[in-house]
Formats: sequence, C-alpha cells, structure tokens
Amino acid sequence: MSLLEVKDLTLEFRTRSGTVRALENVGLTVDKGETVGIVGESGSGKSVLSYAAMRILDPAARITRGSVHFAGQDVLAASEHDMQQVRGREMAMIFQSPRTALNPIRRAGRQIEDVLRVHTTTLRSDLRKRAIEALAQVRIPDPERRYQAYPFELSGGQCQRVMIALALACDPQLLIADEPTTGLDVTTQAAVMALVSELARARGMATVLITHDLALASEYCDRIVVMHAGHVVEEAPTAELFRAPRHPYTARLIASTPTPQKSVDGLSSIPGNLPDLRRADLPSCRFLARCERALESCASQALPDVPVAAAHRVHCFNPL
Amino acid sequence: MSPVLECVELKKHFAVGRASRLHAVDNVSFAIGAGESVGLVGESGCGKSTLVRLVTRMLDPSAGDIVYRGRNIGFIPARVFAATPFRPKIQMVFQDPSDSLNPRHTAFDAIAEPVRRLGNGKPVAPQVEQAARKVGLPGELLPRYPHQLSGGQKARVGIARAIALEPDLLVLDEPTAALDVSVQATILKLLAQLKRDLGMSYLFVSHDLNVVRMLCDRVIVMYLGRIVEQGPAQAIFDAPAHPYTRALIQAIPSVGGRPEGRELLPGEPRSPIDPDPRVCRFFGRCPKQVDRCQKEAPLLRELRPGHFVACHFA
Repeated sequence: MSLLEVKDLTLEFRTRSGTVRALENVGLTVDKGETVGIVGESGSGKSVLSYAAMRILDPAARITRGSVHFAGQDVLAASEHDMQQVRGREMAMIFQSPRTALNPIRRAGRQIEDVLRVHTTTLRSDLRKRAIEALAQVRIPDPERRYQAYPFELSGGQCQRVMIALALACDPQLLIADEPTTGLDVTTQAAVMALVSELARARGMATVLITHDLALASEYCDRIVVMHAGHVVEEAPTAELFRAPRHPYTARLIASTPTPQKSVDGLSSIPGNLPDLRRADLPSCRFLARCERALESCASQALPDVPVAAAHRVHCFNPL
Repeated sequence: MSPVLECVELKKHFAVGRASRLHAVDNVSFAIGAGESVGLVGESGCGKSTLVRLVTRMLDPSAGDIVYRGRNIGFIPARVFAATPFRPKIQMVFQDPSDSLNPRHTAFDAIAEPVRRLGNGKPVAPQVEQAARKVGLPGELLPRYPHQLSGGQKARVGIARAIALEPDLLVLDEPTAALDVSVQATILKLLAQLKRDLGMSYLFVSHDLNVVRMLCDRVIVMYLGRIVEQGPAQAIFDAPAHPYTRALIQAIPSVGGRPEGRELLPGEPRSPIDPDPRVCRFFGRCPKQVDRCQKEAPLLRELRPGHFVACHFA
C-alpha cells in the first residue's frame, strides 16, 4: 500500500469572481522512501494538491470529489484533532521563502522546541539539547549560537535549514517540499537539496518535491508528475519522462528549459496561456488551446488515462 | 573600439555603525563594448545590485570612475543625474515585472512616462506604439492595467519602457527570474532579437547561468564585492579558472545530471564588513585554500587574452 494516495481529487475555490476549478480528477501516489517530483508552471495546481494532501486548504476551497489517504488513514474524513497529530509528526512541509514562513519574533531554537513540545514526549529539560541537535543535523554552523538567533539574523540558506530542522524534528514519514530552493542562490540550492535528499535517504522518508525547475526535479526525483491547469497530464519514471515524453505539454516544457547545450534559437516556447479556470465551458483537455496536436474529438470526449509503459501514464487523446 | 561604459576601480562602501564600513563593491573595473552583452553573476550579497545601481547612476560611488562614451559620469550626483542628457542613454529593466509597474498606470502610461520626462519633445503616442511594437506587445493591450496583463505581457511592458528612449546601454536585473520557463523562453528570444536589431549593449544580471550563457558574450563573476573572474562566456563555462566559478557552474542542475560528486561550498561567505585586505575573499569556503591565501589576497591577472582571474592557483 502506498504511503500517500490521492485519488480523483476535484477541488474548487469559491471566489467573488466565480468558481475556480483548481484541480480536476487528480491522482498522486507516493510510496515509502520514494522521491516524487510535481512540476508545472505557476497556476498549475502543484501547491494546492499538496495542501489538500495535508488538509491545510484555504476555507474557500471545496473538495467535491475524490479521496486522500495517508498511511491508510482517510485524510478528508479525519477529525481536525487527528490531523493535528499527523501534521508535523507524520507528514511535514517546507515552504518557499523560508524567511516569511518562520515566526519572525521567535528565536530559531524556540521554534524547533515548539514542534518537539507539541508532537513528542521530550522532557522539558531536554528540549534545548534536542533543538540544538536538530540544528546541528541540518549542518548549521555553531548551532548553540544559532539557537538564539532570530530569522532576520540568518541568511536565506540558513533560514531554509531551520525550516528543514523544524520539519524533520519528529522524523516524519513524508516530507512535502514546496519550491524549497526558489529564491536561494544556486550554490545554496545545491547544498539545501543535498541535505534534504541525504536526510531522506538516511531516514527512509518519502519526499514530494514541488518545483517549476525541471532540471532540479530530474536530479532528485525517482518519478515525476507533470501538472497543467489543475490536471495531471503525465507521470513517469524520471529518466523515461525526459527520454520519451508523451504529452505534448511535457515535451514543450522540456524544450523550453535552458540547458548548457541549447542556444537561444534552440529554445522553444509554449504558445498561449493557462486557460481561465473560472470558465464554465472548460474543455475536457485544458491544454487544448495551446496544443499543436489537438484533434477535433479532443474537445468533446472525457480526458483519457492512457498507460503507455510501466508506471508511465499520459492523459491525452493524441499522445506523442 | 571605445567602450560604451567603463568602470575603473569602482568602490562603494557603506557605513555600518560608527567606525565600520561594509565593502559592497571593492575595486571593480570592467568595460562594456558597443553592442556587447556582459553577464554579471554571483550569489546574493556579492554586490551585484549595488554595482547595478552605481552603473545606472542611482547610487553615488565612494571612489572610482564610471565612464560613459569617454565622459566621466561617476561624479554627477545620483539625484541630479536624471536631469542630464545621459539618463535616457542608460536604462534599466527591473526584476519583477509585477512589482515594478505602477498598478494604477496603464501599459501605455508605463511606457509613456520615460518618453514624457526624458524624451525629445516629439508626440508621445507614436513613440509608445513603436516601443510596444518592438517588444511584440499588441496595441490593444496598451489601455490595460497591470492586473489585466499576464506575466509575459508585463515583462514586455517593462522592456518596452526601457527601450522607448533608444538607450545605448540596457541594464537587466534578473529580467526572467519571476517568469515561468515557457514565458522565459519567449522573453529571452525577444532580448536576443532586440540586441541584434537595435545594437544596444546589455549588462545582464542573473543567477541563472544557463540563461547568461545563452545571451552574453562576456561574463563577470563577483564574490563579496570583488570580481573574481572575467572573460569570454564560452571560456568561462568550458574552463572556469576560479574555484568559485567552478562551484557556481557545477551547482546548476541539469536534466539527466546527478547531484552526486558535486563539490558543495562549505560554510557561509565571509563578512563584507571591514574585510582584511590580506585575506582572499573566498578563503574559508575554497576547496583549494592554503596558508598563503590568508596572507596575500590574489589580484586579478590576465590568464589568457581577455580572461582574468583572481586566484593563486589558476
């Protein structure tokens, strides 16, 4: 059984300007110890999907269909009290822009102690020691001194390390990393990602890496899920996805990513924009208007789920 | 060929507390030729943004010269620079197109503002329309407000208003950092095409080295206020001479690449406040460091014609 299993999830936001159909029939499975990447452009629903998995959605969100199971537990039916036991202890999240995600007026060490106090049976007298250990584990230099530091006294990379220490303080089974290195320098990104993947391996922890950077996902993920406008359009083992992408959107996304070999002229772009998800007449394939392989039948039929190889599925009428 | 812009031993030190000084830009010298595009890379805090603000004359240097087409513009105080005939010639494209556009100005107004303030007095509307045409912004979008435009369209507005005055030097501060890859590709193509068509010089600041490699003829690598390496883009990417440049290039994720075996830079950069002039700025993180590196800071020297590096081991 998978650790995390999202099935046919359909989710909408009620807003003043209409209902935004943020996710439609989305599936995601994450097995124990595996690293899964969710990639897609902004607005594709990557973050909403992970928020739904943790049930930390905005009150305006409504799940109209589907299920989420984590370690056998029905996440959508669980009581808030039960979810509080799961979040932070069994599944944890690290966010983009760590400086805003941390409490600005609480010392780094104290914030780690808060997590330990709520979720573990650590003795009060041991809290400080455990917090310093947690800081040392994410390789923050001079952890005793950094324990006292406020977030503004730490660099961006150090803030992200504190976030990781917070998330991993209770040894969760699943870590969701939502754009963990956006806004960090490439050298810091490399160090943060190396840390996350090393700790995940050492603890047998499953990781979901949400990113818009295909190259980053390709380096760290066993499997990649590609999202577009609230749909999962393709999922495949990493090497296969890049070798033989089957969805036209995936192929376009790969072709528009700069690499050391490509020239500007060799870079291709994706025409058009994401469709307005408030539209009542969204076509069953939301990539339709941007797709050069669209057929007449694409607009009318329900979106298919085509298995093309082992663990490789594509949601397209006319795959590559 | 005389350069469009030349910086000579440029320094910017900020006072910190009573007696200390933060060396944001320290003895930086480089030139940008006509029609040349120069990439400026380095991690946050290395002085890229300060250097950009000095070059665009929004900040006054502590010492050193900024020479634009043979005239030293470094002495003109930043607050009166806008009144000089040089202002229209050095223009800037800002990082986040959403944050850098006035939400209460239409696309037309945003592009028209520099034309009205600094232009040649000719009718504004045709110049705005021409700038919009150059960046591929459809005329029917001009009456729209920023919130009615997509990220890519906003980026085009930001570029249009920078080129509306036909500058010689365009300074681009991470122009695609806030964009999705698919949009980034179109904007990069646009920038490459504008450079070909208009013959402008670019100073292109970015942390995305793949993007810099695509667009730039030459690359300047900064670390803690100093230039540590400078040279032709191809040479820098194929054979980086400074250990920091090497780490920077190695750190770029690539499709099919593996993170294993990557040299990670340990620790944090040294403090930029009153740095010891005898110690190499990269000391403490450098995989090659020896005792000599903290007794004698390496100077920038020419490794091959046009390729400079500041390291004892290069």
